[in-house]
Amino acid sequence: MATRQTRTLARFMMAPSVFLLLIWMIVPLAMTLWFSFQNYNLLNPGNVSFGGLFNYKFFYTDPAFFQSIWNTLVIVVGVLLITVIGGIAMGLLLDQPIFGQGIVRILVISPFFVMPPVAALVWKNMLMHPGYGVFADIARFFGLQPIDWFAQYPLFSIILIVAWQWLPFATLILLTSLQSLDGEQKEAAEMDGAGPVSRFIYLTLPHMARAITVVILIQTIFLLGIYAEILVTTNGGPGYASTNLPFLIYRTALLGYDVGGASAGGIIAVVLANIVAFFLMRAVGKNLDK
Amino acid sequence: MARTVSDSTKLGWTIAAWIVALLIFFPILYTIITSFKSETEAIAGFNLVPSGTLESYAEVQSQYNYFKPFMNSVILSVGSTILALIVAIPAAWSMAFSPTNRTKDILMWMLSTKMMPAVAVLVPMYLIFRDWNLLDNRGGLTVMLMLINLPIVVWMLYTYFREIPGEILEAARMDGASLWGEIVYVLTPMAVPGIASTLLLNIILAWNEAFWTIRLTTTNAAPLTAFIVSFSSPQGLFWAKLSAASTLAIAPILVLGWFSQKQLVRGLTFGAVK
Repeated sequence: MATRQTRTLARFMMAPSVFLLLIWMIVPLAMTLWFSFQNYNLLNPGNVSFGGLFNYKFFYTDPAFFQSIWNTLVIVVGVLLITVIGGIAMGLLLDQPIFGQGIVRILVISPFFVMPPVAALVWKNMLMHPGYGVFADIARFFGLQPIDWFAQYPLFSIILIVAWQWLPFATLILLTSLQSLDGEQKEAAEMDGAGPVSRFIYLTLPHMARAITVVILIQTIFLLGIYAEILVTTNGGPGYASTNLPFLIYRTALLGYDVGGASAGGIIAVVLANIVAFFLMRAVGKNLDK
Repeated sequence: MARTVSDSTKLGWTIAAWIVALLIFFPILYTIITSFKSETEAIAGFNLVPSGTLESYAEVQSQYNYFKPFMNSVILSVGSTILALIVAIPAAWSMAFSPTNRTKDILMWMLSTKMMPAVAVLVPMYLIFRDWNLLDNRGGLTVMLMLINLPIVVWMLYTYFREIPGEILEAARMDGASLWGEIVYVLTPMAVPGIASTLLLNIILAWNEAFWTIRLTTTNAAPLTAFIVSFSSPQGLFWAKLSAASTLAIAPILVLGWFSQKQLVRGLTFGAVK
């Protein structure tokens, strides 16, 4: 059916997308790579020189660097743990017979549509504020000392906010997967005397494996780049306690005007993302080809 | 397969599910409630019953000119999505209807461009925008958002188009339809639902994009994301106003999201979960 003419046409139709994405991928990245070898500060733009590996060395010896990489990973893993486990639990709960299921679903998925700065500011001010927040009110009600969340547990606070934003996504996808589980299989397992726990481990969980993989893959892409939530809550602090790699690069670039240093950080971020992507794609490839 | 469930079991699950759902929804609910409070009420401790004043909404408009960032959000999200559709529809179309051995590789490559962290190209993009006078410019940012979402748009369209059966084309051809007739009368009507849900989902994604929209704008082109960030300064702790602005910023997308929740799953998982 595919004649040479349709094949040419197909190529022609694909060209704009491929061309745009190719430029989008190559040009800025090549520039980042180029800048990462330059001594280039925006405060002193007339004085640009080749710096070799200086920027990488500088970035590498900065104690903030390792902390930011660690924080990046803690955020990704922490949010994934909460959302995947929470999402499975929520999925199982919403899969039960419930009055008003439609409304419950709408309530549960809503946080996903809240833009990150709103989510972070609402949590920071109205819920977690040590003086006037709801959490502080609850603590005082029980006669406890309110916690200053962003000063004492900055990273955990950010994980909590981001997990709230992504739990609906995980729930929705895992619920969809649960609902496609064959009812007859469940009944057969039940008749064979399998209890709820072993039904979950041997039947439900394997069935959800693909959906769980997809949740992890997609969330990781977004979680590696968490930025706005940090900007409006802790601004990376106290010290560097809640600075992740994107935030450190932003600080170096736009607050420190250090083009070379920020570019070296950018290249490191790309390498990190690629390492993660490599393992993810392998895991996902295994799961998706089924 | 419908098993009979006793009413008391169902009631138990219902109560549990509603409690959890309300807890998850609470931050949004409390924001909406606080938006109808006065500033003194807002910091007067936990209270679920507002006085119902609309002064915060009035002030958000009069003091901060809310309408401008709102329109910027509309222009950026709708504009970038339509641009992306124009570029992506032909590509997804050809990949779905005349796939080659390389189609799968191209799709995976497109997805992999999403893996590149935005921050890695912050410096060059900032310098390009600065040198071309595109900082705080709606046009530049629209193109940027278009590029960011293009891989997702292609993927989503592809998964929808792929499900249009090829036999229907052959049937149309047997009936003597021309290529043009095929496209206009047979394929387009079948493709419209997929295009519509792609449109909806990408407007949501673009509306909530919170890295480039914050970094590449200051005032003129600033959409709601950047506008809300301006409320984070410690001097400006006006919770009722923050709540009113937040409610206005999320309400349209919340409603769109509720309508698109069925498409959300297959859209965002690229058809891997249905």
